[in-house]
Amino acid sequence: MYILVLSNNLQTYLVIGALLFGIGIYGMVQRQTFIGMLISAELILSGASLNFMAFNRFLAPDPTVGQVFTLFIMAIAAAEAAIALSIIIAVYRNYKSIDTEDVVDLQG
Amino acid sequence: MVSLFTVEGLSGLLFFGFMGLTLAGAIVATNARSLIRSVAGLALCFLGVAGLYYYLNSPFVALMQILIYVGAVCVTIIFAVMLAESSELKQITSRNGLVGPLAFLASGILIFALAGLALRTQWRPAPCLVNRGTVENLGQSLLTTYSMSFELISVVLLVAVVGSLVLARAGRDK
Repeated sequence: MYILVLSNNLQTYLVIGALLFGIGIYGMVQRQTFIGMLISAELILSGASLNFMAFNRFLAPDPTVGQVFTLFIMAIAAAEAAIALSIIIAVYRNYKSIDTEDVVDLQG
Repeated sequence: MVSLFTVEGLSGLLFFGFMGLTLAGAIVATNARSLIRSVAGLALCFLGVAGLYYYLNSPFVALMQILIYVGAVCVTIIFAVMLAESSELKQITSRNGLVGPLAFLASGILIFALAGLALRTQWRPAPCLVNRGTVENLGQSLLTTYSMSFELISVVLLVAVVGSLVLARAGRDK
């Protein structure tokens, strides 16, 4: 059965990465709260690092490069989540809401 | 030809499980009504991605994925959800009804284009491997070739921690 050896195929991982990226973009546009948008951003980042890991496994001559890159992406994502969440807490303290439609001061 | 009841067949089946876990978690994370459920979907999705990393010959990165994403990032997001109680339960009134379908269309086009690109390109495998990509090789290259980036990323993390503390503290007496 050909379908059982999909795990040894570069294209499988690339398609999963594309799906994660697209679902993340969809959530980014469609979500109404800042925390929902942050969750979608995490999905986009994990789609990107899945692509890196797939290329690293199948195409790279040095198989540690992609792993190091993915570890760095994880560190950046953790820093991003910490900063974004503290901004969300500060916004909530000022506006009493985390809805993106409520946080507008300059709208006429 | 791989039969289902061999080691390869069972591991292929497990791979399908991880694939489904990833995609189902992602869909739950973007479509759930309450934020807590969406964070739970995100954790599921990260577990599935960790399984996929395991299939890509990197158990260390899979472990780090579980440790950092499921253990730290998801828990931090849950803390923020509890601190800033969401108002998503109120009726959605002030938004254009076209946003959902348009977002679906845009992401569908994006997925189609990226997947088509991945399936049509002739990927050329590496001519030779420098090392086998074990944890030992990973540690060596992290502390020799990439030592500068390693130090810089620790500075970035330090600045992020201090900055988030300052940001969350400002205006606390209000």
